[in-house]
Amino acid sequence: MSQDTFLLDGEEIPFTRGQTIMEAARAAGKFIPHLCWHPDFTGHGSCKLCTVKANGHLNAACVTAARKDMTVENRTPELDDKRRTLLQLLFVEGNHFCPSCEKSGNCVLQATAYELDMMSPHFDHFFPDRPVDASHPEVLLDFNRCILCELCVRVSRDIDHKNIFALSGRGIAKHLVVNAESGRLADTDFSLDDKAAQVCPVGVILTKKKGFSVPIGQRRFDATSIATQVTEAAAAAQEEV
Amino acid sequence: MDAPRKLKVATTSLAGCFGCHMSLLDIDERLLDLLEIVEFDRSPLTDIKHCGHCDIGLIEGGVCNAENVHVLREFRANCKILVAVGACAVNGGLPAQRNHLQLHEILTAVYATEAGLASGVQIPNDPELPLPLNQVHPIHEVVKVDYFLPGCPPSGDAIWKFLTDLVAGCSPHLGYGLIRYD
Ligand code: SF4
Ligand code: SF4
Ligand code: FES
Repeated sequence: MSQDTFLLDGEEIPFTRGQTIMEAARAAGKFIPHLCWHPDFTGHGSCKLCTVKANGHLNAACVTAARKDMTVENRTPELDDKRRTLLQLLFVEGNHFCPSCEKSGNCVLQATAYELDMMSPHFDHFFPDRPVDASHPEVLLDFNRCILCELCVRVSRDIDHKNIFALSGRGIAKHLVVNAESGRLADTDFSLDDKAAQVCPVGVILTKKKGFSVPIGQRRFDATSIATQVTEAAAAAQEEV
Repeated sequence: MDAPRKLKVATTSLAGCFGCHMSLLDIDERLLDLLEIVEFDRSPLTDIKHCGHCDIGLIEGGVCNAENVHVLREFRANCKILVAVGACAVNGGLPAQRNHLQLHEILTAVYATEAGLASGVQIPNDPELPLPLNQVHPIHEVVKVDYFLPGCPPSGDAIWKFLTDLVAGCSPHLGYGLIRYD
């Protein structure tokens, strides 16, 4: 039996029943920009960065099932322009000073902005006041960089079964909180071994006492782009098969 | 035939650290090639005090005080193309990390309550000193900016690629590896 496929930017992408457009594209080495999606967890569909045009309709690729013979537009100038605007909004809503951020070079937000040629934040900055939580002995929370992707919330609740993080408030006032009476991470049973300690795509959940142990210039996205890495990973997986 | 007119370039550092200007010097011997096609107007390199009519204005640093606003407006009024160079011009950078603090609290902490100050030290108030703004702003929040060159600082290679594209009359395109925010 021949495998079902759909068209992504004109190329045939094979998929298995139940796979999302994101999963199938990724397995085929095609990068669909994303922030709230993580390959190890179920899609969430909240950041909308992965929006593609599937048979003419805008859909979040991370929560849309691939269907036989559908035509999907991904890296078109029109969609990338919209994605760049979403990124710019995220940059001005928080405080993203990459030169002093421990996540710089390992950050999915930054790597995606490079990939999408984001040369400026474009909008006026909010410069919000978001005090850090340094109470925990092993982990620092720098809320200034939170993009509300809820990965930590989902993983702490569904995988670690600790339910340590939550989002609170609405609209521009929406923010990440720690589920403790005091609101402090030290007053939870959060630990560095939690899966949630590893999932933040940006520089919020940071391990203490190892700042800049890998120098800038030798980090995850310093040599190759996030898109190239998806292509290379798929090629390597193919080779193993 | 006459050689084509050299493009006039002005540069300044507002609330910056001159790191971007140092990075401009990091284009090394290509500086000589650059001087074949451009001449510098107002710039720390020439010590000309006011910006004349220019083709390109390169602004390092954000806007942290009243003088920065005046200088930035002078550049905007005189430069056909205005470029935000470096993280501070692009998003306020390190100086903007004071933005969630009250200005009087910062000045009091630095000049009045900080341990080890000599007795009688006051918050400076000489009329010659430009008044600080409540917050530090990236330059596009004050004037229209035509192009942005991020980086802290942008590398010499990024500056070179950017300028040579611009001088050649095309939209600068840095590409992967040269676009960096850190
Ligand atoms: S979280 Fe990413 S984008 Fe934000 S400051 Fe850190 S490196 Fe830059
Ligand atoms: S802390 Fe990180 S993982 Fe959690 S919501 Fe914010 S950006 Fe997402
Ligand atoms: S990655 Fe699909 S909506 Fe965020």
